Amino acid sequence: MSAATVRRIEWIAVAVIAFALIVLVPLLHANGAISNFWISVFGKWLCYALLAISVDLLWGYTGLLSLGQALFFTLGGYMHGMYLMRMIGELGQYKKPIPDFLVFLGWERLPAFWEPFASFPFALTMVFVVPGVIAYLFGFLAFRSRIKGVYFSILTQALTYAASIMFFRNNLLLGGNNGFTDFKFILGYKLNEPGTIRGLYLATAVTLLLVFLFCRWLSKTKFGLVQQAIRDGENRVLFSGYATAHFKLFIFVVAALIAAVGGALYTPQVGIINPGEMQADKSLEAVVWVAVGGRGTLLGPIVGAISINALKSWATTAYPDLWLIILGGLFILVVLFLPGGIVSIPARLKALAQKLRAKPEAAAPAKP
Amino acid sequence: MSTSLRSLLTAGALAASALASGVSAAETVKVGVLHSLSGTMAISETSLRDILLFTFDEINAKGGVLGKKIEPVVVDGASNWPLFAEKAKQLLEQDKVAVTFGCWTSVSRKSVLPVFEKNNGLLFYPVQYEGEEESQNVAYTAEAVNQQATPAVDYYLAEGKKKFYLLGSDYVYPQTTNLVLLEYLLSKGVKLENIGGGFRKDGSGKIISAGKYTPFGHTDYQQIVAEIKQFAASGDACVISTLNGDTNVPFFKEYAASGLTAETCPVVSFSISEDEFRGLPAKQLVGQLGCWTYFQSIDTPANKKFVADFQAWLKKSNVPGLVKEGRVTCSPMVLSYVGVYLWKAAVEKAGSFDVDKVRAAYKSGLSFDGPGGKVTTQKNMHVTKNVYIGETKADGQFKIVKSFNNVYGEPWLKGKFK
Repeated sequence: MSAATVRRIEWIAVAVIAFALIVLVPLLHANGAISNFWISVFGKWLCYALLAISVDLLWGYTGLLSLGQALFFTLGGYMHGMYLMRMIGELGQYKKPIPDFLVFLGWERLPAFWEPFASFPFALTMVFVVPGVIAYLFGFLAFRSRIKGVYFSILTQALTYAASIMFFRNNLLLGGNNGFTDFKFILGYKLNEPGTIRGLYLATAVTLLLVFLFCRWLSKTKFGLVQQAIRDGENRVLFSGYATAHFKLFIFVVAALIAAVGGALYTPQVGIINPGEMQADKSLEAVVWVAVGGRGTLLGPIVGAISINALKSWATTAYPDLWLIILGGLFILVVLFLPGGIVSIPARLKALAQKLRAKPEAAAPAKP
Repeated sequence: MSTSLRSLLTAGALAASALASGVSAAETVKVGVLHSLSGTMAISETSLRDILLFTFDEINAKGGVLGKKIEPVVVDGASNWPLFAEKAKQLLEQDKVAVTFGCWTSVSRKSVLPVFEKNNGLLFYPVQYEGEEESQNVAYTAEAVNQQATPAVDYYLAEGKKKFYLLGSDYVYPQTTNLVLLEYLLSKGVKLENIGGGFRKDGSGKIISAGKYTPFGHTDYQQIVAEIKQFAASGDACVISTLNGDTNVPFFKEYAASGLTAETCPVVSFSISEDEFRGLPAKQLVGQLGCWTYFQSIDTPANKKFVADFQAWLKKSNVPGLVKEGRVTCSPMVLSYVGVYLWKAAVEKAGSFDVDKVRAAYKSGLSFDGPGGKVTTQKNMHVTKNVYIGETKADGQFKIVKSFNNVYGEPWLKGKFK
């Protein structure tokens, strides 16, 4: 099979999946075949898929294992969450014009930095600016100091851990441990109406497709090739005259932005954002999704995020006591027997079929 | 033509009657159990799942509720707050449970609250909490602040304590409890300089946070204990601790190492019950106080029977993953147990599983004689119950030193004590 045919098959697969997610699911929801519950769960999985792509962009394509991607995801969620908190208006527990947790902390007026978040465009800008700037500063310092490999992973993990401790503090005025919840409206629409739920799902599915196409395009450009060369042999790239630090910094910021968009879409769909989301294990989970789905591919992280979370949703109901064991067992199986992840299964099957077909021929000459 | 039409009609009628009989033959009622069975909260919440399953078996053995057997739908919130919301949605929208028993942390309750309000579900919440909430969709069997913290202060005042050090984990429950305690202590004539742990004020000088706070998982208590030691030098001080979970181990280790004891400066903790001593060393806490609406050591026939029945159930139960050895009973477990019986009483009074009718019956003041004494429901969805103060013993049990009977559950306490 030629490379062109492989590419065509891949594009057909993408088109079919995109059609199912963007057209079929919303249509089925509109006529009632898919319940509100399921479409919001699908929406959540697609947000996780965005996080998984951002991990894969770093790990699978650049060789940077970031164990802190959930930080940018959560920051995006918080920035959007601040807008959603402002939209509650006076419908909170205390019937006051400021968010409940501020009333409980004794505030009577809104702190100044909360003021502009009543504007959706401002909040949307912040979804990109805050995670982007933090990623830039961290990346600038880390890559300039040539921090690599396991040290980079540890630093990213430490960064998200430190941030979670900071966000747990009530005096940061971002809701402390409870974070933000009890959202009511987005852009004037009621959040618990089926139409709004569908709209949010659709926005997520379209964003995922756009991000997928962007990453796909990026990986084929000269930039993408340098990026993959850095993964395979950074010193060679460096000695060939490329400033690898700049490439890595750029991709680190792009990955952070993708995660942040995922987080921003996640908050209204699950209805809560709190510092628990930036704890170390969340970032590790995202790495597991990528590993199981297939790293170094773009479909892999999407498949991994959706399948593992589907498994989680099912197992925490069907076998509530066993699900961690199921997850752990699956991870070990994939690492041991399927290093290319789920998306490598078709290629492996084909290789196996070829081997089986080749065997009789190989055995034939032995016969007299 | 006409015969085929008739046969079609007959078939339709048969199907309809089969459907109708199918409805009446459904002899179970689905009940949700929403606790973390994995993750950081599993150690505490699994015990609540166990006691709920025990209670359902006990009720089913006596004929169920309104003649229907309870069919539990157990789901795992996995200590993951967004997953709690997803599971709540599933219980209400997919499984259509009549009632849900669940949640431990405040954040998990806050996470599921909009789901219960949107679907008009009913959640029974059994763990001490900060109040400042009164949802029509939550039955709070939990201890309100005035059923745990203020009785503890009353006890200390009666013991002649004059100085109070407030210490907690930094989240909403300790923060609110300490603000309420600050107002309560001032109203009892305790001077501001005799309240330790520090204050934070806003621009206008109003106190917005009282007490010392440490993050979850904090391990270094050297400086704080040194501060307490200095604070307690006069000999009439005590500590009110809302520290949560694992952080209690390094705190009490440091406390004992510094030479402070229950005699020189007692500590009352609101988050340590019998069940926590399965994971905490009780030896370092001997003599320190706990305050709950139930202790396993309550010496009544009702409680003895409850404890014995639970142990017998543990032996014969085949629930997967059930820990059978070294089990104890504690306040959140008993409040879960009591919650199920109060719901049963409300359903029977209403004659229906409909949430609105059950709620109306629940608010009318139902009583149940539980292992911790009589519990009565209130109009504000909270319950009146007894409060006990106990001294920790080396075996992880409590010796009851004081009890307050029939304390009304009041969720709105801020600004109440002037």
